[in-house]
Amino acid sequence: MTPEALLDRSLLSVEYRTVSYVTGPLVFVENVHNVAYNEMVALVLPDGSERSGQVLEVAGATAVIQVFEGTRGIDVDVTRVRFLEEVAKIDVSPDMLGRILNGTGKPIDGGAPVIPEKRLDITGSPINPYMREQPADFIETGISAIDGLNTLVRGQKLPIFSGSGLPANELAAQIIRQARVKSGEEFAIVFAAMGITHREAAYFMQQFESTGALERVVFFLNVADDPTVERLLTPKAALTVAEYLAFEKDMQVLVVLSDMTNYCEALREVSTAREEVPGRRGFPGYMYTDLSNIYERAGRIKGLKGSVTQLPILSMPDDDITHPIPDLTGYITEGQIVLSRHLHRRGVYPPIDVLPCLSRLMNLGIGEGKTREDHRAVANQLYAAYAQGRDLRRLVAIVGEEALSDTDRRYLHFADGFERHIIGQGDSGRTIEETLSIAWELMSELPIAELKRVRDFIDKYHPTAGGQAGA
Amino acid sequence: MILGTLAKITGPVVVADGMTGMKMYDVVRVGNVGLMGEVIRLEGDLATIQVYEDTSGLKIGEPVESTDGPLMLELGPGLLSSIYDGIQRPLPMIAEQTKSNFIARGTIVAALDKEKKWEFTPTIEVGQEIAAGDCVGTVPESAIITHKVMVPPGMRGKVTKVIKAGSYTVDEVVAVLDGKLEIRMSQWWPVRIGRPYVRKLDPTTPFLTGMRILDTFFPIAIGGNAIIPGGFGTGKTVTQQSLAKWADVDLIVYVGCGERGNEMTEVLKEFPELEDPRTGNPLMERTILVANTSNMPVAAREASIYTGVTLAEYYRDMGYSVAMMADSTSRWGEALREVSGRLEEMPGEEGYPAYLATRLAAFYERSGRVRPLGSDERVGSVTMVGAVSPPGGDMSEPMTQNSLRVTGAFWALDTSLAHRRHFPAISWTKSYTLFLGQVRTWFESEIADDWAETRERAMFLLQKETELQEIVQLVGPDALPETEKIILEVARMLREDFLQQFAFDEVDAYCPPKKSYWLLKTILTFYDAATQAMSRGVSLRQILQLPMRDEISTLKTTPHEKALERMPELVQQITDDIARIEVL
Repeated sequence: MTPEALLDRSLLSVEYRTVSYVTGPLVFVENVHNVAYNEMVALVLPDGSERSGQVLEVAGATAVIQVFEGTRGIDVDVTRVRFLEEVAKIDVSPDMLGRILNGTGKPIDGGAPVIPEKRLDITGSPINPYMREQPADFIETGISAIDGLNTLVRGQKLPIFSGSGLPANELAAQIIRQARVKSGEEFAIVFAAMGITHREAAYFMQQFESTGALERVVFFLNVADDPTVERLLTPKAALTVAEYLAFEKDMQVLVVLSDMTNYCEALREVSTAREEVPGRRGFPGYMYTDLSNIYERAGRIKGLKGSVTQLPILSMPDDDITHPIPDLTGYITEGQIVLSRHLHRRGVYPPIDVLPCLSRLMNLGIGEGKTREDHRAVANQLYAAYAQGRDLRRLVAIVGEEALSDTDRRYLHFADGFERHIIGQGDSGRTIEETLSIAWELMSELPIAELKRVRDFIDKYHPTAGGQAGA
Repeated sequence: MILGTLAKITGPVVVADGMTGMKMYDVVRVGNVGLMGEVIRLEGDLATIQVYEDTSGLKIGEPVESTDGPLMLELGPGLLSSIYDGIQRPLPMIAEQTKSNFIARGTIVAALDKEKKWEFTPTIEVGQEIAAGDCVGTVPESAIITHKVMVPPGMRGKVTKVIKAGSYTVDEVVAVLDGKLEIRMSQWWPVRIGRPYVRKLDPTTPFLTGMRILDTFFPIAIGGNAIIPGGFGTGKTVTQQSLAKWADVDLIVYVGCGERGNEMTEVLKEFPELEDPRTGNPLMERTILVANTSNMPVAAREASIYTGVTLAEYYRDMGYSVAMMADSTSRWGEALREVSGRLEEMPGEEGYPAYLATRLAAFYERSGRVRPLGSDERVGSVTMVGAVSPPGGDMSEPMTQNSLRVTGAFWALDTSLAHRRHFPAISWTKSYTLFLGQVRTWFESEIADDWAETRERAMFLLQKETELQEIVQLVGPDALPETEKIILEVARMLREDFLQQFAFDEVDAYCPPKKSYWLLKTILTFYDAATQAMSRGVSLRQILQLPMRDEISTLKTTPHEKALERMPELVQQITDDIARIEVL
C-alpha cells in the first residue's frame, strides 16, 4: 500500500498539523477526533514527500503513530497528518504470482500495478479451532533430512533455526526451487524477506529467475536498509496473500519467512520507543502473542481444498537456542529444523543437525499411500543408530577406537556415512524414494540384528539381506 | 446500567470515562461492535478494561456499556462434549452463527443449547425443606454422566412447586422455593470465585494415569495437583493428552490455553473416536474442551483457566471426580504479564507482576477432594495438572518456581531425554511427589504388599546408574567391576522396558498399575538372581546370554491380561534359569 494510493482513497478525511512530539519511529499528534486504534495514517512532510504509518495508541485527543518509513524529515510545525479511516489492508489478486513486491505489498519489479480482486485486512482473524482440519498430506522439499526424518506436512509451521554465517538462505532458495506436493495440485510459494541484505536479495532474485521458480512465487522484499517498522507489516501482508490464495483460490501455499529475527528486532525497536516495560532481553512482553498471530496463520480449514504451510527462518543470536526468539518460536511452531555450525565447518550441506530437530506432525503426513510404508520405521532406525554413533564419538575421544567392539565401530562409521550421504546431499534435490533407498543402503552396513526398528521391512527393502533394493 | 465513553486505547487494554458506579471485574461491552471486556482498574470515573477481543478499529468516544455483573458461566446440562473459547462461547456455534471459518468479533452466543430438550426426573417433592447443593432432579447428560440439577449456592427454602418428569430446555424453571425463588435447570456462577463446599477432605486414593513412571514413581492423589514443566519438544502436550485420555476419573476438563490450533484439532478429531477404557464410550462424552489458541485474544486466554476450573468445580459438586488439564499455564502467566505491562504496573521478576504467586496459589487451591454442599454425603474432587513452558527450559524462572511452591508434584520433562527419543521424557532424577505418604496404603492393599519397597529399589538402581555413568564418561565401561556393570544393564532395562512408554501404541498407551508393578518386579527379580549368581562366580556374559531379557522387553506391548498371567511364571523362571547357570 503506497502513501499516494492511500491519499487518493480518502480525499475527504481531515488533515491535522498538530504534531507535538517525535521520537524514534513514533509521532504524537494532538487534538485529533474520531481516530481508531490501528488505523492507517498518511503523513505529508515539509518537503512534500509522503510517509505512511499506523495508530498505536489513542488517549483522549492524542494519537501515537508509528511511521513505517522512518521519521527523518518530520517536523512538529509543518508536517500534515491524515487519518485514512481504515486499518492496514492489502490488495490481493492471483496475478501477484511471479511478482516482486516491497514490504507493504507494492510492486517493485517495474511491472504493471496489480489489479486487485479484493482488499483484505492484513491482521487477519484467528481460524476458529473447531473449523480447522487436521494437517495430513506430505510436502516434498527435496531435502532428505527434512523429508526423511522431519517431514513437513501441509498446514504445518516448521521453522528453520539458523545462525549467522550458516547457509539458511541457500537452503530456503533450494526448498523454494524444489518443493512440490505429490498429488500435483496447484502449488504456490509466498516468500517474505524481512531485513535481508541487498546481496541476499540479489541472490534470491537470481535464483528464482534462473530456475524459473519465480512464476509460482509471490516475493515480498524488505531489505536491511528499508525502514525497520515496515518490516512489522511484511509477514502479515504476505500471510494475507497466502490465505487468499489458499482459502479462496484452492492452492497449496508454502510461506517462507526470512528472517524472523529481523522482525523481532523491529518489534523491540518500536516497543522501546514507546517506553514499554521490557521483558526478556529487552523484547516486549507481548512478543509471544505477536509471533503466534503470525505463526498460527498456518493450517487447513474444513471443507476447503487449500492449505497454508509455513517455513519461517530465524537466526539464533550466538547460536543460542534458548534466546527468546527461537524459544518463543519453538513453543508456537510444530517442531523445528536446526542448522549446526559444526556440520557446516565440516563441509556438510545442508548442515542440518537432526538430533534437536523435530516435526510434530510428521506421523500425519507419512506412511503407506502418503510416502511409503517403511518411512516411520526407517526414520526411527536412522535416529537411533545415528544417536548411538554420536554417543560413541564422545567415548572414542577418551578411550580410542581400538577399545570399541566391532558393532560399535560400525555404528561409528554409520554416523559418518549418515552425515555425508543422507544429510550432506548438496545442492541437488531428492525424491522421498531416493532418500529412503539411500537410507537402506546405509543401514545395510549395520548388522541385521541391530536393525530392530525396521525388522518388518527387511525382507522387502534391505539391499543385501532381503529381496530387491528399496525401489 | 452505566454508559461511559472510550478515552484511551492501547492494544487489549482500554480506558473508559464516565464509569462511576462500576465494580471491579464487572463485564462491559466495548464500542459500537460490542466487544466483551472486564474492568480491571478503577480510578475516579475512569475504568480500565481488558478486552477479550481484538480492539483494532475502536475509536475514542465510542460507548462502553456495563452488564451489571462479573464474568459468569452458564452451568447446566449440555456442557459435556462441548468445545468453548476462553469465555465459554461454544466454537461450533460461533462458526454457525457467523458463517465464517474465522472468529469474528463481537459475536454473542449462548453457552448452552437453548432449544435442546433434556429428560428431567425430579427427586424432590412439594413441602420438602431443601438448601444449597441439594439435588432437585437428574438429567441423563451422557451414557455415563448423570447430571444433577442442584439448588444454587446461597438458596434455601420450602419447595412450593416441582415440575413433572419430562423433556425440558435448560431455561425451564424446574422448582420453586417459598413461592418466589425459582430454580432453573441451568445456573450462573462467576468464574473468578471458587464454588463453595462444606469442607476439604484428605486425598487418599491415587490418581491413576496409566503412565508407568507417574503411577509408580511419582503418583499424585485424586484431588491433588501437579505441574509438568518442560522446554519445547519435550512432550508436554502429548503427556497432557495421554492423561486426558486414560486418567481414571469421571470427567475431564481440558484447557488449551494459548497453545497451537492444530493441537486442538487433534484432540477434536481423536477424542470422539477413542474409547474410554473404563466404560467403552467415546472419550468425548466425558470431556469438556476450552480452547483459546495462542492467536486468540490475550485477555480471554487469561480468563480461560478460570473458566476451566469453574466447569470442573460444577461437576465436582455433583459428586464426580474431575481432572483438569491446563496446557499451558505459562501462557496464562504471560497473558497476566502482558496486561500488567499495559497497565504500567511495577514489574516483578522477569516482568511478571508481583501478584503472580498469589494468583497461582489461588488457582491451584481450587483443586481438592471435598464434601460439596448438599444434604447427601457425596464426595467430589478436582485434580489439576498444569503444564508449564519455562523459557529456554530454565526451571528457575518465576512461573515454574511459583507453581512448585503450591503444587504437590513436579513431573519434570527433560530436553536431553527427548533428544534421545526417550518418551515420556519425564526425568526420574528431577521429578518428585509429595503425595506418596497419602497413596501408599492404597497401593499396598490393592496392588502388592511390597509395592513401596519395589518402587524404592528401582529408584535406587536408576540413581546409582546416574552416578556410574559419570565414571563411565571418564574411564570407559571396562573399568567397572562386574557387580556395577550389572547395575548398568538392569538400569537400561528399567529405562527401556519400563520407563519408556509409547503413547501411540495400542497396548502400551495405557498400563494398569498392577502390570506396572509386575514389570518392575520382573526386572528386579532378574537383578537379584543375577547378583546372586555372580556371587557364585558366574560371569555377566553368561547371564546376558539368556534369552529371557528379550521376553521382558516385549512385556509392555503384550496385552495386559496375557502379560499379567505370564509375569508371575516368568519371575519364577528367571530365578530358576539363572540359578541353574554353571560356573565356567
